[in-house]
Amino acid sequence: MKLRIKSLEYKTKLSRVLAGTALFTLIALQSNAQTAGLTMPAGFKASIVADTTGRPRHIAITKKGDIYVKLFRKVKEKGLLMLQDKDGDGKYETKTAFGDYIGTGLYLKDNYLYASSDEAVFRYKLDANEHVINPNKPDTLVKGLVSRKQHETKSLVLDNNGNIYVNIGAPSNSCQIKDRQMGSLGQPDCPILETAGGIWQFKIDKFNQSYPEGVRYATGLRNVMGLDWNQQNNTLFVMQHGRDQLTMFPELFDSKLNAELPAECMYMIKYGDNAGWPYIYFDPFQKKKILAPEYGGDGKKEGDSKFIDPVVAFPAHMAPNGLLFYTGNMFPEKYKNGAFVAFHGSWNRSPEPQKGFMVAFVPFKNGKPSGEWEVFADGFAGSPEKAAAGRPDHKPCGLAMGPDGSLYVTDDAKGAIYKISFNK
Amino acid sequence: MKRTTLTLLIISIFISVTAQTKKPVAKKPAAKASTASAAVTPTVMARGKVVYNMYCISCHQPDGGGVPSMNAPIVKTKQVLGSKPALINIILKGMSGVDIEGESYSNVMPAHAFLTNQQIADVLTYVRNNFGNKASGVTVAEVAAVRNKK
Repeated sequence: MKLRIKSLEYKTKLSRVLAGTALFTLIALQSNAQTAGLTMPAGFKASIVADTTGRPRHIAITKKGDIYVKLFRKVKEKGLLMLQDKDGDGKYETKTAFGDYIGTGLYLKDNYLYASSDEAVFRYKLDANEHVINPNKPDTLVKGLVSRKQHETKSLVLDNNGNIYVNIGAPSNSCQIKDRQMGSLGQPDCPILETAGGIWQFKIDKFNQSYPEGVRYATGLRNVMGLDWNQQNNTLFVMQHGRDQLTMFPELFDSKLNAELPAECMYMIKYGDNAGWPYIYFDPFQKKKILAPEYGGDGKKEGDSKFIDPVVAFPAHMAPNGLLFYTGNMFPEKYKNGAFVAFHGSWNRSPEPQKGFMVAFVPFKNGKPSGEWEVFADGFAGSPEKAAAGRPDHKPCGLAMGPDGSLYVTDDAKGAIYKISFNK
Repeated sequence: MKRTTLTLLIISIFISVTAQTKKPVAKKPAAKASTASAAVTPTVMARGKVVYNMYCISCHQPDGGGVPSMNAPIVKTKQVLGSKPALINIILKGMSGVDIEGESYSNVMPAHAFLTNQQIADVLTYVRNNFGNKASGVTVAEVAAVRNKK
């Protein structure tokens, strides 16, 4: 009898546990369906609205919600996609491919779509629906830019004054005499900076411009992928990909130090600024511009004070690939005019665990950071183990805002396009 | 039920015992590693791993998979498993702009001629027999022959 009661109790407990587990699984499944596997602050939802091939990089969205995507690898011999949700079910099922070049940069403004290959910048006139009128005949605005494999992509953004800003990444890690060679010193008066390692400014209404027609707007930037124009203070902001491999000077830097140095920096850029690459790097612990070992640095000596300071210093090597100032009204007040940064994720932290694979947020007021940065959307990697191993499922790259104020994030590993929304 | 457990236990003990007794046997060729034979021994593999972790791991990564679009993978590629002199030359002279299985990689592989012939033989033997690779070892003599050719 006693035994039977016990067994009954056990059964009730078991069924409760089972019911609990089922409920938990249901909630987990449901919440996963509402977040597409991402973790975000309360009230935010996410879904994958499109799956593409060709490794989508930067992204632009029309006023009616059509999506343009620049591809890193060709799909059906084309490097640009327009995605449409014609049946209005929230999935972008219609894909139109055009443009016979790969690249990263893409920007939409005032009825023109701007896109870059790794050597040139093109412009497409749009019709009243913001659809490309002549996909096979874009205007060539800029051509002949330095592209030597490394840091070859040309990110771009416009100001409100008829200018386009184009990143020309340095085809080098740290301007060594022999790139990435153990102990190789820096080239004196780094010649790379004459044609790369900075942001160049061109006109949006002049064709076939190159170096003679352009202006070196800012220099000393190793490679910039994420950049945006801050409408509040009418100024350019960029995210630099910081230098790799301080371990090439093993007597000064071990792999643990290399994993944490230097900071990934956000800079506010004014005409004529010099951010200091390859001569200095920013140490987020000493909060100083430190002389690079290729130029006589020892991890402590400070570099020239003429170089500008970052406005935000993020952890090392996380590879910021997208920057977007949020000007929408859907998200809570704290996000208004703040910066979202898409981190592609690190590789140069090995053998230490890799980091990144998330979208960060920095609150801004009047064009200046007004608080600490925070992780906004995480979980792109699929699991902490996949992130640590540097083998994530998804890698955040491009950012754009939809007409309703939702945030779009591209993933250039598997080709997902995420839409992140907020429900009051 | 119990019998199966017991059988399994006996089998596993047998395996672990044979594995243990095998170890010293495997060690024998290690002494000859630096001579003509290209033996893939635990000692050579251990030395190769030290070199790999010091000079290779940051780009090629702990699993040898490299970094998409940036640093080449070294898992079952023809460069790693193919001609030994060509592979030795990649270490001595570096490599850049070579597509691997249709994918391009943007970063340069710098020359590692500063490594000793022993270090190169060890690390290549390690790479050719790790990350799912299986191929003959590389000897000091083979590295020396390529280095002295110039």
